[in-house]
Amino acid sequence: MSELGVLFDLILLGTLVWLAWRLLASADLFKAVVLFIAFGLLLALAWARLGAPDVALAEAAIGAGITGALLLVALRRLGPETERMRRHAPTIGQRLSARLLVGIAGAAVALLVARALLGLPAVAPGLAPRVAEDLAQSGVAHPVTAVLLNFRGFDTLLEVGVLVLAVLGIWCLNEAPQLAPAQPDSPVLLGLVRLLLPLLMVAGGYLLWLGAHAPGGAFQGGALLAAAAVLGLLAGFALPRRWSGLPLRLMLAAGLAVFLAVGAAPLLGGGWFLAYPPGAAKTLILLIETLLTGSIAAVLAVAVVGGRPGEAAASYPPLAEPPVGKETS
Amino acid sequence: MSVPLLYAAGGVVLFCLGLYAIFLRVHLLRKILAANVMGSGVFMVFIALAARVPGADADPVPHAMVLTGIVVAVCFTALAVALAVRIEELSGHSRLPRKGEEGA
Repeated sequence: MSELGVLFDLILLGTLVWLAWRLLASADLFKAVVLFIAFGLLLALAWARLGAPDVALAEAAIGAGITGALLLVALRRLGPETERMRRHAPTIGQRLSARLLVGIAGAAVALLVARALLGLPAVAPGLAPRVAEDLAQSGVAHPVTAVLLNFRGFDTLLEVGVLVLAVLGIWCLNEAPQLAPAQPDSPVLLGLVRLLLPLLMVAGGYLLWLGAHAPGGAFQGGALLAAAAVLGLLAGFALPRRWSGLPLRLMLAAGLAVFLAVGAAPLLGGGWFLAYPPGAAKTLILLIETLLTGSIAAVLAVAVVGGRPGEAAASYPPLAEPPVGKETS
Repeated sequence: MSVPLLYAAGGVVLFCLGLYAIFLRVHLLRKILAANVMGSGVFMVFIALAARVPGADADPVPHAMVLTGIVVAVCFTALAVALAVRIEELSGHSRLPRKGEEGA
């Protein structure tokens, strides 16, 4: 790498650490969330610098985009940080000793990990040659997708289980709050949504298709579709009641169900769990990825909404009643 | 020190910043932010170690693991936010109950 590149890396790392420090220390929580979104976008740049375009795409779409929207919605529901919370410990002695203890623990962790890292060789091929060796049998041409859905499919299966579990937890805890007024009064927002929604859907489908041979795939595509859904939600669109029951639940669980079924099918013939039959890997991976994209989009959108469909509400999430007595022309 | 190791060191710094804040900040949303920063630090160590391959392409296995991690992190964030909202609804505060306080 050139010297200019190293300089860029140093500036990027410095900015990342500074942003992390500011977002954890700043007095205003709204500012902290905005800084966190900026942190996520710069992190995506760092992944791209380190030769991980798949991770960069996912970080920008999920880590910065969806998490940012989620935190902004949460901030409205949780309220700001009060002065009393900032000075939580009663005495100066307690405050200082807490800082000292956590500081020592943090420094110890840093030292141990740094020592382990410095002991590693600066150049190591890792598992890359083995993945390249077996890539031809995996059914896809992109190594990261091959690892995700074939070589280490078990991880991904469990991860999709975590997605469904998270939705179960969220739905157990709260009912969906109202996210947007029934009729948003901003024509700019509506115009933007009309332009962006189709674009995001096409881009999501494209990323899904691209995953077979280039950076992209179900997670990135699903995140873009979820972004489209969140944008729609903020502009006042909502699922009508007849869609928020069984159809929504089927959509949430489809990815996990089909992944499990495809993984378990070889067991009937005496094969291994998640071992795709020879020759059919490509079709099966494409099937799983397509359904996963839909499920991931649904899960992420539900996560941003942050609650279950209400018993009485006419839509999911509920919309505000239009103001009474104000006739719209 | 090579560039990947530089990034790995940056990841350690991020992890420790998050660790410090998750203990010392009180507002629940700030703790969630801190946990996310810690996670980003771990991801950075992984991706940095994957970039040590000589030649063009990096090791795809850690990349796939971090992809999984990013999705799990957003799930964790969503669930933690739902829990925080519930705590706020029950106790009226966006923080954990103090010693001697009714735990709601």
